[in-house]
This record gives sequence, structure tokens and C-alpha cells, in this order.
Amino acid sequence: MPDMSLKKVRMPEQDPEIRSGNFKEVALGYDDEMAVSEANRCLHCKTRPCVAGCPVNVQIPEFIKLVSQGDFEGAYAKIRETNSLPAICGRVCPQESQCEQLCVRGKKGEPVGIGRLERFVADWYMANRENVVNAVERNGKKVAVIGSGPAGLTCAGDLAKKGYEVTIFEAFHVPGGVLMYGIPEFRLPKALVQKEIESVRSLGVKIMTNMVIGKVLSLAELEEEGYQAIFIGSGAGLPSFMGIPGENLNGVYSANEFLTRINLMKAYKFPEYDTPVRVTESVAVIGGGNVAMDAARCARRLGAKNVYIVYRRSEAEMPARLEEVHHAREEGIIFKLLTNPTRIIGTDDGWVKGMECIEMELGEPDASGRRRPVAKKGSEHMLDVQTVVVAIGQSPNPLIKSTTPGLETHKWGGIIVEEETGSTSLDGVYAGGDAVTGAATVILAMGAGKKAAKAIDEYLSNEE
Amino acid sequence: MFRIARKEVLNPAVKLLEVEAPYVARKAEPGQFIMLRINEEGERIPLTIADYNTDTGTVTIIFQEVGKTTRILGTLEEGDHLLDFAGPLGTASHLDGVKRAAVIGGGLGTAIAYPQAKKLYSLGAEVDVITGFRNSSFILLEEELKKVSSRLFITTDDGSNGNKGFVTDVLKKLMDEGNKYDLVIAIGPLIMMKMVSLMTKPYGIRTIVSMNPVMIDGTGMCGGCRVTVGGQTKFACVDGPDFDGHEVDFDEAMRRQAMYKSQERRSEEAHDCRMGGALNA
Repeated sequence: MPDMSLKKVRMPEQDPEIRSGNFKEVALGYDDEMAVSEANRCLHCKTRPCVAGCPVNVQIPEFIKLVSQGDFEGAYAKIRETNSLPAICGRVCPQESQCEQLCVRGKKGEPVGIGRLERFVADWYMANRENVVNAVERNGKKVAVIGSGPAGLTCAGDLAKKGYEVTIFEAFHVPGGVLMYGIPEFRLPKALVQKEIESVRSLGVKIMTNMVIGKVLSLAELEEEGYQAIFIGSGAGLPSFMGIPGENLNGVYSANEFLTRINLMKAYKFPEYDTPVRVTESVAVIGGGNVAMDAARCARRLGAKNVYIVYRRSEAEMPARLEEVHHAREEGIIFKLLTNPTRIIGTDDGWVKGMECIEMELGEPDASGRRRPVAKKGSEHMLDVQTVVVAIGQSPNPLIKSTTPGLETHKWGGIIVEEETGSTSLDGVYAGGDAVTGAATVILAMGAGKKAAKAIDEYLSNEE
Repeated sequence: MFRIARKEVLNPAVKLLEVEAPYVARKAEPGQFIMLRINEEGERIPLTIADYNTDTGTVTIIFQEVGKTTRILGTLEEGDHLLDFAGPLGTASHLDGVKRAAVIGGGLGTAIAYPQAKKLYSLGAEVDVITGFRNSSFILLEEELKKVSSRLFITTDDGSNGNKGFVTDVLKKLMDEGNKYDLVIAIGPLIMMKMVSLMTKPYGIRTIVSMNPVMIDGTGMCGGCRVTVGGQTKFACVDGPDFDGHEVDFDEAMRRQAMYKSQERRSEEAHDCRMGGALNA
């Protein structure tokens, strides 16, 4: 009989007071007993609605059944059949709007904690088993993957499993893309990301770092080097700014820069690590997405007393995950909703000393379906901050587009692809992830990498 | 890992490293730069490509020891390795169709001006090179520049080479004498590039400057290298590093350069402490 308790088994977390002073992981994960207990809440419905909600098609009821039987190794193998990065997905997937949203248990009470269970299984395997790889016969066909973020890693892993010789080209000095530079240590430990990447490498995938494709090699040159198909997973690397006065003052960061300094370059360990970041007593983060939450919580951990999230709509429209908003609140982040910055004020020698904001109210719905914020006349007021982080979105990096004739993109930079296959306007060239969609989620990028891998396999199989 | 094939001490503060990086060497062009990292704890720093050789697969960088990273870089020897070396980044300089150019290098900027002079000269342009240094012991690349210039003028702040003055004094004199340039390239301290740009503006001479702001990735991702050019925000790493000197907001660039002054000091102090500890051990 399934356990019919209405609530998920609670996952232990670091106390907010303590964790807002360190970069250690916030959520601590289930132990064996908690995992089995949570797994027992699954009804194993015949219709398996949860699976339909998973962009990479994880066989959810099957792996949960194995967990409930205490076969954690079997559960891991079941997840890995379709998901190359379970420890990551278990932590950063928005399960509440995917698998768990469709869970029957969620109709009355909380859905099964699918994400927590996935995380548990992946962590258990990493802690207790050596990664075993079944040797695959190589088919001698070379595929190039540009970018080693979630889309690229997934595409590369899937193709390697099918016998392709895959090389990933990464612009940075370490692989992982947004998993390394964007998502902070306290949400996604970097050692764990590298372990997951090692398991992709162990499938036979070669990773070349420091390779800025578009600059060091063009797509045409990759083809000359014998790559028969190319997958572009170069992400959404171009930060957007607001275009308000004062954005070039010292102390104004793009979220990309702020987070890259802290996460990838480990500025939170300065001066042990050489890269500095400047955090002041009061910090404003502009935006309402996960990136904004990450930036605000990093600023808090680096000693800022007052950290504001400044967002022009109301809480209901915030794109950030509920859990992130909840965690941010617990850590003392101050939400200034329905507030929009109008200009940033500087000292005589060019440092931020404040930000002028205006109050907003919600009007008619706009093209995105969300109610459009309208400025309230005369409601200008000053926010006393010395650092401003702009987290209003990123668009695809133009480096590849600008050096690849014939590659069609949208006006805003996204590469145009056929949805089901990821194929672009160029023969043998596929794309997926944020480079196509603009900033989205890790799991959607993985789903796109998966589809493209399948399409590339079909394309190269038909070539003979 | 990227092996250092050759090291040369150019003057008391400036060193040259020729680094084995065949992919970068194959595509490098004047005006472009690389990002390097020395070790695991190291920062990523941009350095302009001073020379490149497709036969040997090497890229030459020239740097001044001004902070922790460049000081450590200066201690490396032939046969040592750099952990990371990515490039070529940035947009190459557009040098086609130039008939007569003045290429100006201030201090270390001379090393960056050199590949530009070399390229212009090889394209058949008449090239006057003007370089300026603190004193005669700091003079860089004199022999190399002689080979790629029609005339070479070297000034020193203290006159210790017998030619006291600033690069702008020489440029003014040359223009007053009736030399007509269709391109001026100025590379060096921000204040020097600003003064050159102010000088050429009334004459309407196309003037290129090379910006070297703080950056992290060098691929357009962080936006830390924002420069205001003609009232618009540009990213030096992808839109530059070359910009129209008449349009650059130099005063803002100078303010932005001071962003990490106090942290840089802390980083150097911590480094000195550790070095001291190692020596005492």
C-alpha cells in the first residue's frame, strides 16, 4: 500500500541564518530512509502523467519503484537510460512546472518529490559506486559539439552512446557552461558538476577547452577537419542592459559578470583566488528570474546587509522558481515589487551611490500574457545602494552567427531550427538550448540536445 | 597546457613570451587579443597579440608587470606551461587601402602597435612610427620597428635618449610640417590615446585607438568591458578592442579602470605574504 501522507518527506536544509554566510549547498538531500519513505508515496499510475512532463523522458515510476525496494543502483541505471546528468537535474529542474505538476498525488496534497528522489539516487551512486561504462563499438563518424553546457553535454553523451566520435569545443577554461559560471555553488556544487561531466567523458566524449568557435575555428573549418555533423549549444551569453542613465558607472554589473566572477572564477574565495568582485553594504538586483535570485543570494553571502530585488511586475508574474523566491526571502532578501529603475546615480568620480526607481501598477495583459506594468506618475524615489546587478535577461551570443554565412537567426539572435530535430538552415548543422530559445532552463536545453542527437544519428545513418 | 617556447626580457618591467598555441597562431590578426590563465587560482587576463607565426604555431605576448598575475607571468621561463590560452579574440584591425599612416605607441602600447605597423608596412603603406617611454632603459622593440617603418621617432619623458618630449609633440610637428596621414593608430595609456585623438580630430584624420578594459571572458558574455563610443555602449572584447578615437568616452574609460584598484592591492599583498612565508620556510 502506498503511503498516503499529503506532504513530501521534508528535505533537510541549512539554517537560513547560517547559510546566508556561506556558499555551501542549501538543500542537504534525503538519506536512505527518507528516500524509501518518499518513494512509497508514488501510486505507480498506469497513465504515468509525470513522464510526459519530463523533457528527457525519465522513466519516473520505474525508478521510484526501484528506490522503494531499496535498489538504488538499479534506480540510477534506470534514470541514466535517458538522462546523462541526474545529479544536476535533481537540483535545478523546475519540477513544480514539469513532472511534479502532473503527478496525481498533487491533486490532493503535495506531489511525489520526484526531483528530490532523482537527486538522492544520483548522489547515492556517486558516493557508493564507481562509474561503470559499457564499451560501445565506435562507428568512426565524427561529430562536433559547440558548448559544454547542458545542451551540448546531453547531445554529446547520447551520440557517444551510439558509437559516434564526439568532440566538444568549450570557450571557457572548464566545461559545464552555465552550470559552472551561472548557477551558484550553494545551489549546484561545482565538484558535482565536474563529476557528472566526467561520466560523460567516460562515454568516450573528448572535450577541448579554450576553443572559441567562430574565432579560432569556423564551422566550415570544423567540416574541413572531418566533422560530419555539428551541434551548436553555445547558450545565451549576451547580457542585456536596461539602457538607463548611469549603467556604465563603477559598481554596475551584468548578472553574467557578477555570477561568473563569483562562481566560475571563485571570487567568493578572494584573495585565495585572484579574481575580485566588489560587493557593498547595499545591493540592488534588477529582475525577477532565477538569475536575479542567484545574484541576490550571492551578494548576501558576500556580506551585503541590504539586498533588494527590484522587479517591475508583481510576485505572481515573477519567472523565478517558487523555491528560489522562498529561499531568498528566508535569507533576508528584500523584495521591491512593482518597482522599476529609472536611472543610476553616481559620485563625482564615477561610483554608484543610488538608484532612482518609480512605482508601477499592472495594466492590460501584453503579448506575453502577463499584465503590463505601467509607471505611476510622481512616484519616483531613491534607493540607497552602491552596487547594481542587472539581471533582466540574456540573448544568444552572436559570435557563431556573425562568422557563419547562411546560418539563419531571429532578429533577437536565436538560431532558427526545426523544433523536432533542431536542424538549422545549414545542412548537417543542428542547434539547441538557450542559443535557440534565449535564456530558459537546464532541462529544456537537455531535451533539445537529446532531440538533436537523435536527428544527427538519423542524418548520418541515412548518408551512407 | 600551452608551452612557453621563448622568453625575452625587453626592459626592466616588460617581458616577452612566445607561446605554443597553434590554433590561435593560425587565425591571429593584428588588433586581436588572447585571454590567459596561469594556474588554478588565477584570474583570466586579456593580452594583445604582439606577433604570431603560423610556421612555428606560436603566439607572442608582451606584458608589463603591473599586478599579481603579470608578476607571476614574469617569473615563468622557457619550457614552463600556461594553463589556459584562448583566442584570437576581438575584431581584427581594418588596415586595407591605407597609403600613409602614423602608428603611435606609448610605453607597453608599443608592443601592441608593432603588429599594426608591420601589417601596414607589408601592405605597402608609408608608415611613420612614433613611440614614447619613461627613459631610455624602457625603450621597446627599436630594431623590430625600424624594419617595419618608413621613419621611427623615439621620445623619452626625461630626454635620456636625447629626444625629450611626448609622442604628441612629434605627431604635432610632423603634421605641422605638412605630412598628410590618412590613418593614425594610437595605442598606450588612456590619457595618451585621448590626447592624440584630440589632436587629430580638427584635421579629420581617421584615428584608431585600442582599448584594454577589465574583462572576464573576452567573448561578449560579461559586459564588464563596456566602453561608450559615439554615445553608445560597446563591448571592447567583441566590438573592439579597436575603436574610433574621436568617438570614445575616455574620461569614463579612465574611471572604469579604477574599479578594482583596492582589491588589486589586497591580492598583491596576500601574494607577497605567501611568497614571504615560502622564503622563510
